[in-house]
Formats: sequence, C-alpha cells, structure tokens
Amino acid sequence: MSEVDTLIGKTWRKPSFIKRRWLRWALILGALAYLVAAYMTIDVNWVRVYEGLERGKKFVLAFTSPDFTSRSSDIYDGMLESIIMTIAASVVGIAISIPIALGAARNIAPLPVYLICRGIIAVSRALQEIIVAILLVAIFGFGPLAGFLTLSFATIGFLSKLLAEDIESMDKVQAEAIKASGAKWTQWINYGVQPQVMPRLIGLSIYRLDINFRESAILGLVGAGGIGATLNTAFDRYEYDTAAAILMLIILIVMALEYLSGVIRARVQ
Amino acid sequence: MLRLEKLVKTYKTGDQALKAVDLEVPEGQVLALIGPSGAGKSTLIRCINRLVEPTSGKVCLGDVDLTGLSSGHLRRERRRMGMIFQEYALVERLSVMENVLSGRLGYVGFWRSFLRRYPQSDVDEAFRLLDRVGLAHMADKRADELSGGQRQRVGICRALIQNPALLLVDEPTASLDPKTSRQIMRLICELCKERGLAAIINIHDVALAQMFVQRVIGLRLGAVEFDGPPEGLTPDVLTSIYGEEDWEATIAPVDEDDTLEAAQ
Repeated sequence: MSEVDTLIGKTWRKPSFIKRRWLRWALILGALAYLVAAYMTIDVNWVRVYEGLERGKKFVLAFTSPDFTSRSSDIYDGMLESIIMTIAASVVGIAISIPIALGAARNIAPLPVYLICRGIIAVSRALQEIIVAILLVAIFGFGPLAGFLTLSFATIGFLSKLLAEDIESMDKVQAEAIKASGAKWTQWINYGVQPQVMPRLIGLSIYRLDINFRESAILGLVGAGGIGATLNTAFDRYEYDTAAAILMLIILIVMALEYLSGVIRARVQ
Repeated sequence: MLRLEKLVKTYKTGDQALKAVDLEVPEGQVLALIGPSGAGKSTLIRCINRLVEPTSGKVCLGDVDLTGLSSGHLRRERRRMGMIFQEYALVERLSVMENVLSGRLGYVGFWRSFLRRYPQSDVDEAFRLLDRVGLAHMADKRADELSGGQRQRVGICRALIQNPALLLVDEPTASLDPKTSRQIMRLICELCKERGLAAIINIHDVALAQMFVQRVIGLRLGAVEFDGPPEGLTPDVLTSIYGEEDWEATIAPVDEDDTLEAAQ
C-alpha cells in the first residue's frame, strides 16, 4: 500500500502555529484573563466624567461658532511662526538626514560608519519631541528657535531611518551596473542609488513636512513657539471659540498638505 | 589578452564557487561559458571586473594584474571591460540616454555627470550607438518604458560606449523570447567583430551558443570541464557538464551528424 492511500479520505487541516495543544490553549486563556484583569484596574470616576461632559460639550459646540476675528492678529502671528518653523526645520532636517541615511544603509556604508549613523538615528527616535523641546527651551529660552531645533532633530531620526531602509531594499543589480562602468563613489550614488530612492525621498519629505506642522502646534504647549503657544493661551483663557478657530485652521492646512503630497507623489512615480 | 591563473573564489558560507580556473582569451575572441546553475559562471565573470572579489589567483587584462589593484586603479581598468547583464540592469528611472551615457562615468568628472553635461563627443557617440541598435528615436524615453529586447540593446550601448577591449556578458538572453534572444546574440557578436572585441558570454541556451560563438567553455562545480569549438559539444560532453539527460534535441542538427561520424 503506497503512502497516498493512507492519506485519502482523511480530513485535512492547516497545521497550527503552536503545535502543542495544551500550550496553545494555555496561551489563549492566559491572554484573555490578563486582558480582563487589566481592564478591571482602570478606575473610572463616573461622577467626574458626568461633570466633564458639560465642559466637553461647550468645547465641541464652540466649533459651530469659531471666532477667527477677536484674536486674529495673534492667530496670524502664531500661524506664520509655525509655518516658518516647519519649513525651516524640514529643510534643515532633510538636508542632514540624507548623508546620515546613506551612512545607515548597510549595503553601501562600511560597518563603523553604519554603527555611528544608526546610533544617531536611535538617539533621535528615542527622545520624543516634547522631551527634546523642554530641554531646548531650557537652553535657548522660550520661542520658535527651540521649536525649530526640536523639529529638525526629530526629522533626522524619522527620515534617515526610513530612507536608509529604502536604500537597503534597492535593486542591487542596477547599482552594480553603474559600478561596473568604472564610476566613482559619488557618481555611483548619483546614478545607481539616487534614481531608485528618489520617489520615496520626496514622499517622505512631504509627509515629514506635514508631521512637522502638526508637531509645531504641540510644541507651543511647552513654550517652543508657533501656533501651539496661541492655542495654549486660548485654552488657558477658556476661549474655546478662538481655540476652535485655530484647530480648524490646523486641520485645513494639514488637509491641504495631505492633498498636495498625494498629487506630488503620483507625479514622481 | 585576458588571462585567468588559478582563480579561486570561496564564499563566506564556505561554498567554493571557483576551483583554480585557468583560462586564456586571445584578442577578439567571442567565447561562451556554459554550465548548470550554480556552476560558477556568474561568479567567474564578476571576478574578472571584481564586482566579486576573488579569493586567490590572478586576473590579467593585457599586462595589468587586476587582482592587486587599488580602488582608484581598478576603476580605471573597469572602463576597459564593458558588462552586459541578465535582466538588463538598466537604471529604470533614468532615461535611455542617461543610461547609455552612464557608461562614460569612468571618464568624466563628478560635476559633469551630475549636471548631465557630457562632452559633445560622448553624446555623439551615444547617438551613433543607439542608431546602430535602432533606438535613436527612444533616447529621451525612460528605460522602464522599453520592451525587454529594447532594454538589452540599451544595455549593449552602455557597455560599448565605455570603449572596452573586453565584454563580460551575463545571461544576455535569460528573459527574452527565442527570436529576440537570437537577435540580441547576433547583435553582440556582430558588434564584437566590428570592433575587434573579445567577449565572455554566460549562457544557458546551448544551441544558441553553438550558433554564434567560436569557442565554448563548459563549467561544472567551479572547474573547467570542457574547452573547445562548439562542434565538440557531443552528448557525452554535455552529460559530463550537466549530468545525464537525452541531449540529441538540444544540440544543433549539424553537430548531430558530427557525433554520428565520431561514433563510427
């Protein structure tokens, strides 16, 4: 009797990821029990929630009557500061990111350079923007300079890492063909690597511009300038209608950037 | 003109891809390198221009030993070796013209190449070559808009504009249909003849190799198993290179007659 005859007529099931039945069930039940226990530790003060609903309602209702006018010059100044901060930080951050990304791609950088560049990326990514901003405000004082530096620093970690990953996954043979012609290293990067990663670089840059703008609204809360400072003031004064106006402007600008990035990314493919 | 002496390549994994290969290619000779996948064909031609670093042995191009060169000197010598790739290896997002001109990178400075301001003589030569392969009207198209056969023609132009003495050709017809494969092989061999170039062509298709080349090298497990004229590829020889199989249908009809005569 051949092997196949013993298989015919038997039901077939996909082999489980965890082979031992008892272990599989123990893991599933354990995870469920943990989840239930974790939710039970969240302590909700329902009376406080009920009181807070009233304030929440006022905040939401303010969006029906946003006040663009009474603080218009503050909003204008804050917005302008945010935009300048965003653009300046994006340009500087991207310019610094590109060489670091080249160094952080294992397929083109020697090991020591790779480790240094990966280290820079790790530091930049480990420190959250707010923490960096608090530190930089302490050093440089209140205002957009601290915000600009924070965003530049954060851009490096983001862009270098993602660009380096794109460089690492590029088509090796195209780059090899350029190398075979006797090209210098710089020419090799320009002809063999750059064309392959350009769409990703442009896409990421616009995406980062978008993120930087949104971050600039947060950084104001810790005194690093921009529209966030204006927003914070509005909240402190319970001027929810002005706050609503600012938030709507932020949403509008982010949406515009989103649309723009879609158009540009479609064109550079 | 090209001489390999005891060329050995051992990969980090311990695989010995080349076992002391000796080979001499005279000026202007076109030879085919055949052998099963993993026999070391690709490694062999990549060891010649050191895209793969040989472990030991010598590669001499003319009087220069390539294995000992510093990176700067290696770049200069690479200009004399044009390479044509499997799957074309054009930079897909560059234009046809940029791809062809990239063959001149070894001759022009960084800024000239960065700004795409090549010397007029290079541009003229690029147009001449593109015209020779019938693609002059495609110069400003992006490489990924071309068909397979057209891309390989651009690849050929890129190799030739280097003004090489030797062509290294890695599976030029691997992803082309039978007709285009013949056209590409014919084109490569014609151009070699016109310019007096030597060429080493890695190729899977034994019949196609027999049709066009003067000499065939059979590689098996990193060692030369056969070295002779295409007519010498009898079923016995193919069995020694590739292993047991019915070879009668693979070999060009002329050679079957030869085989019969030899058997008698």
